[in-house]
Amino acid sequence: MSRDATAEKLSLNVRAALLAIVLLVVGLGVWEGVNHSPLMGGNETLSEYEQLLAGADERASVPPPSEIAAKAWKELSNPFYDAGPNDKGIGIQLGYSLYRVLSGYLMAALVAIPIGFLIGMSPLAYKALNPFIQVLRPISPLAWMPLALFIIRDSEASAIFVIFICSIWPMLLNTAFGVAGVRNDWVNVARTHELTSLQTAFKVILPAAAPTILTGMRISIGIAWLVIVAAEMLVGGTGIGYYVWNEWNNLDLTSVIFSILMIGVVGMLLDMALAYIARFVTYAE
Amino acid sequence: MQKNNDHSGLGNPFDHRQSLIHGRQCDCQQCLSDPPGVTLAKRAPAASVSATPDNADEMMDRVVESALVRGMFGHSDMHRRQFMKLVGGGTAAAALASLFPLDAIKAAVKEDLGPLEKTRLNVGFVPITCATPIIMAHPMGFYERYGLDVSVIKTAGWAVARDKSLNREYDAAHMLTPMPLAMTLGAGSTPEPFIMPAVENINGQAIVLHNDHLDKRDPQQWRGFTFGVPFEYSMHNFLLRYYVAEHGLDPDQDIQIRVIPPPEMVANLRAGNIDGFLSPDPFNQRAVFERIGFIHLLTKEIWDGHPCCAFATSARFARENPNTYGALLRAIIDATQYSSDPGNRSEIAEAIAPTNYLNQPVTVIEQVLTGRFADGLGGVQDVPNRIDFDPFPWHSMAVWILTQMKRWGYIEGSVDYQQIARDVYLATDAQAVMRELGYEAPEETARNYQIMGKTFDYTQPEAYIDSFEIRRS
Repeated sequence: MSRDATAEKLSLNVRAALLAIVLLVVGLGVWEGVNHSPLMGGNETLSEYEQLLAGADERASVPPPSEIAAKAWKELSNPFYDAGPNDKGIGIQLGYSLYRVLSGYLMAALVAIPIGFLIGMSPLAYKALNPFIQVLRPISPLAWMPLALFIIRDSEASAIFVIFICSIWPMLLNTAFGVAGVRNDWVNVARTHELTSLQTAFKVILPAAAPTILTGMRISIGIAWLVIVAAEMLVGGTGIGYYVWNEWNNLDLTSVIFSILMIGVVGMLLDMALAYIARFVTYAE
Repeated sequence: MQKNNDHSGLGNPFDHRQSLIHGRQCDCQQCLSDPPGVTLAKRAPAASVSATPDNADEMMDRVVESALVRGMFGHSDMHRRQFMKLVGGGTAAAALASLFPLDAIKAAVKEDLGPLEKTRLNVGFVPITCATPIIMAHPMGFYERYGLDVSVIKTAGWAVARDKSLNREYDAAHMLTPMPLAMTLGAGSTPEPFIMPAVENINGQAIVLHNDHLDKRDPQQWRGFTFGVPFEYSMHNFLLRYYVAEHGLDPDQDIQIRVIPPPEMVANLRAGNIDGFLSPDPFNQRAVFERIGFIHLLTKEIWDGHPCCAFATSARFARENPNTYGALLRAIIDATQYSSDPGNRSEIAEAIAPTNYLNQPVTVIEQVLTGRFADGLGGVQDVPNRIDFDPFPWHSMAVWILTQMKRWGYIEGSVDYQQIARDVYLATDAQAVMRELGYEAPEETARNYQIMGKTFDYTQPEAYIDSFEIRRS
C-alpha cells in the first residue's frame, strides 16, 4: 500500500516536471517563432539614409529567446569583469545589490525582532505603538528616497535605508503576532517552574514564536529584493537595478530580459535559503 | 604681538586693529621707498597673521583679497575696521569666502599650481553627448595629463546629480547651465554656492516629434501636446517655452511640459506617453535611429550658440582644493577645445560610445558629433555646427537664463542679475586658463544675443522680461 503511494507520488513529480518542460519548450518556441527577425534582404545596397538608421525591419520587436540565451552565455561566462565604474559584470552588479539588501535587511531584523517581541508581550506597548506602525507601514519605500537622500546625504546609505524601512514591517508584525499567540498553558507551565521572565522569553516564547518570526523574515527578504531594483534604478551607480536602467538607456531589450531572469533566479535563491532555515525551527504540536 | 597700526608691507584686511592706509608716519618698507599715502595695502587671511608674503603667489592672493575687501567697504577704512571689530576677522573672512569663492579666483590667476590637494576625484555625468568633454577626457587621457585620477560616474538624472553634488559624493559634475544658478539661489534645493567655470557645449539639442505628427510642423497645431524636457532648470525647458511662446502658445496652459530624464525620453516617446521632446542628444538621433520620431528643429535655429551643459563644482570644493580645482579646470577646458575641432569628432564618438560611458551605438553618436545625420523625414542633413564645444561662460548667458527663470516664475522678487552672473559663471577663470593653454579667449564677458530674431540686451534684463506678452511674472 505505502509502496503504491510512493510510486504514485513519484510519478506525479515526474509528470509535473514533464509538463513544466513541455510548457517551457512550447512557450519559448512560440516566442521565437513570432519574433524571429526576418532575414535581411542580402545583397541590396542601402542608401546613406538607411545606413544611418537601425536595421532593416521597420518595427523593433521583442528579442527572441535564442538572442537572450546568447546574451546570457556571454554575460555568464565572464560575470566578474570590471571595465570602469559604469561597466561591470553581472556577478559584480548582483553582488552590490545583495550587499545592500542584506545589510538593510539585517539591520531591520536587529530592530524589528526585539521591538516585535516587546509589542507581542505587552498589550500596553502594542496599543501605544500600533497607530505609528499602521501609518508608516503602507508607505511605499521609494517615497522615502528623496527624504533619505536629503537627510543622510549619501546615496549608498540611502539605498540601504530604503531596504531597511521596507523590510522592517513584516518582521515586526509577524514577531508581535507570533509572540502574542504563544499558548497561555506554556507560559503558565514556565511560571510553575519558577522561570524568570527573561528565561520565559528565551526558553518558551522564542522557540514557540520562531516559525511565525521566520515567516515574517521570509516575506521581508522577498520585499527587500523587489525594492532594491527600483531603488538602484533611481540612484544609479552600481547594482542590478542600475544594470537594467543602463540597458534601458540603450533600448537593449535583450539585456533587460536577461537581467529580469537573473533577478528572478536570485530572488528565488534568497527565498529558498530562508525556507531552509525555517525548517530548523518548525515543530509539531 | 602686533602693534596697532602696524603694517609691514601688506596689512591683514580682516584685522580691525590694522589700518590699510599707509599714513604719514608709516615705517613699512614700502612707504619708506614710496611716497607716503599713495599705496593702499594689506595682508593675508585671518588665520595666518604672517609678515610680508614671501613669494609671488602669496602676494597675488593678498592683492586679490585686498581688492575684494576694499571693494566691499567702498574704500572706507573706518567702516572696515568697525565691522571687523564687531564680528571678528575670522567670521568676516569665512562669511566673505562663502559669498565669494576667493580661492577659486586666486587659483586660476596663479600661473603655477602647487601640489594637488587631492588626486582621486569623482566626477558625475549624465549619459548625453553634451557631456562629451567631461567623458572623453577620461579615455583620451586629459585628466591624467594634469595629474588627476578621475572616476567619471554615470548618473540617472539631474535631480540625482544635484543631490550627489550637494552631498559631496561628487567633487565636480556635469550640470545644465541653469543648475548652478538655481542651486546658488536655492531654487528647487537647499541653497549652496556653486560655481561654473566652464561651459561644455553650445547648440546640440533638438525638438523631436513622434512620427504620428509628421503633418504638424506648425507649433500652432501643438495645442494639447505633451512634451518632455530633461529638467526644470534646463536650457531645454527655457528654450521650449520660449519657442512655443513666440508662436503664441502658453507653455503652462496650451501644452504640457513633463520632466523626464534624457535616457527615458525615447522609451516614453515609443510608448506614446509624450508627443515630443526637447532633449539632449544622442536621444534625438536615437529616436530617428529607432524610427520612432523625426527631428522637427535643431535648437541652433532658436538661438545659434546657446549654452547647454556645463562643468560645475561647489564653491567650497574650489576653496578647499585650489590646486586640484585649477588642474581639473585645465583638463576640462583642454578637452572642450579638443572636442570643438571637427577633425577629432569621429575619434571621440568611438571613445565615448561604449557601455562604460554613453552606452549607445557608434553610428548614433557619430551622426550627432559630425553633424551629418538622418533627420527622420527621409533626408540626410549636413549641419557641422549641430553641436559645438566652447568653454567660455559668458555672464550674459547667465543673465538670459535668470530672465527666463524670472519670466516663468521659478524665482521671484528682485534679482541682482549681473552680480549672480559674476559670482557663478567664472568667466575670468576660464579666460585665464584658456589663454594659458594657448587658446583664444574673448576680451569682454558679456554680449547681446539674437534669439528668434529678438534682441536680448544683457544690460536691461527687467525690460527684456516685460517685453514678452506671455509670462508669469
